[in-house]
Amino acid sequence: MNWDVIVQYLPRLLDGALLTLQLVAISVLAGLILALPMGIARASQNFYVRALPYAYIFFFRGTPLLVQLFLVYYGMAQFEVVRKSALWPYLRDPYWCAIITMTMHTAAYIAEIIRGAIQAVPPGEIEAARALGMSRSQTMLHVTLPRAIRIGLPAYSNEVILMLKASALASTITLVELTGAARTVIARTYLPVEFFFAAGVIYLIIAFVLVQGFKLLERWLRVDACQGR
Amino acid sequence: MIDLHGFGPALLAGTLMTIELALASLALGLVLGLLGALAKTSPFKPLQWLGGTYSTLVRGVPELLWVLLIYYGTVGLMRGLADLLGMQSLELSAFAAGTIALGLCFGAYATEVFRGAILAIPKGHREAGLALGLSAPRILWRLILPQMWRIALPGLGNLFMILMKDTALVSVIGLEELMRRSQIAVTASKEPFTFYMVAAMIYLGLTIIAMIGLHLLERRASRGFVRSAA
Repeated sequence: MNWDVIVQYLPRLLDGALLTLQLVAISVLAGLILALPMGIARASQNFYVRALPYAYIFFFRGTPLLVQLFLVYYGMAQFEVVRKSALWPYLRDPYWCAIITMTMHTAAYIAEIIRGAIQAVPPGEIEAARALGMSRSQTMLHVTLPRAIRIGLPAYSNEVILMLKASALASTITLVELTGAARTVIARTYLPVEFFFAAGVIYLIIAFVLVQGFKLLERWLRVDACQGR
Repeated sequence: MIDLHGFGPALLAGTLMTIELALASLALGLVLGLLGALAKTSPFKPLQWLGGTYSTLVRGVPELLWVLLIYYGTVGLMRGLADLLGMQSLELSAFAAGTIALGLCFGAYATEVFRGAILAIPKGHREAGLALGLSAPRILWRLILPQMWRIALPGLGNLFMILMKDTALVSVIGLEELMRRSQIAVTASKEPFTFYMVAAMIYLGLTIIAMIGLHLLERRASRGFVRSAA
């Protein structure tokens, strides 16, 4: 193991790690916003309300992220309409393509988490809120959602870690995030073991910090105390 | 109908390669997962530590990085091995590297699934085996494993779906599976959306087939058990 070279190129890896964090943060937050209405619709009793989010979720969970990434980054250029549109400067940029794809991908998974969490809220609590005279939307806002957030949070933290690992795929559309940075450095130094190892360690550290952060968040929201056991 | 520009057979061959890769990784991953779970639940401390380190380490690093690390990282190692054996050259094929990387990742997650299944088997069953005078390997083989299978199956099914999608990553090291074949077709036809969409639909089809297969397996594994009302 050639430690000096790792130290020498460490700043480049850390630059990559910064981009990785940026991609993950934006996509899991935007994904959450996108997933919220979808998860609620997915938990609906009405078949027609359920059907569209179901098809979306089925597509994004059933195909590899790599294919989705290529569909957006390379695939969109096939259409004249897209190339002429105002969105083209964004759809041409690998950064925005990665963010768009990762957001849509993770939104499908988060929507399923939200659906599971909403359905896990004890019906008695919703009935109690309705019996107290709360309207449907009031019940959703003040009872169902706060409760569902606490039920779904552990699963959401898993999803964030999975997205951290999935962000490595952004390197395949020329983005120089952590894996991409490792690959460019390796192309110069011919030291694959050293730099993939270093990148792996950085991923492990990021994952560890994220897990600890979510533990704090769970304590702050008093997830344990709210389970009503 | 969609015009595939004569790349239909190539995509089909790629699909077959994807399935082969998924099944090979599954076999390796199941063995690794079982070993990991046995190590983690063993009373022997160093083994527990080994199992825990394996599952934590592998699960914390992206699958793509494992694929790259095992393919490019083992070149020096294989060269040393070739020198040792007195062979001209020895290198890991893309298929072998992909199988090892994906098997490793599957095994790390499967470790946790199997561990949960082992813990879910009532202690009395093991004690009953001991009271009957069965040896430890026999208890494992005749009592624990057959019951573990039923409990672990839903979890393993989810992992297999993830594995099948992760096979696309092996295209990065040039294995001619579905994704790589689509890329080649795109280069020739200049129709990226068409071919990546076709690839997506094939992956979706594979997922549906796997879902049906799993449903049948689960039904078979849980015969004789009453499903508790959720």
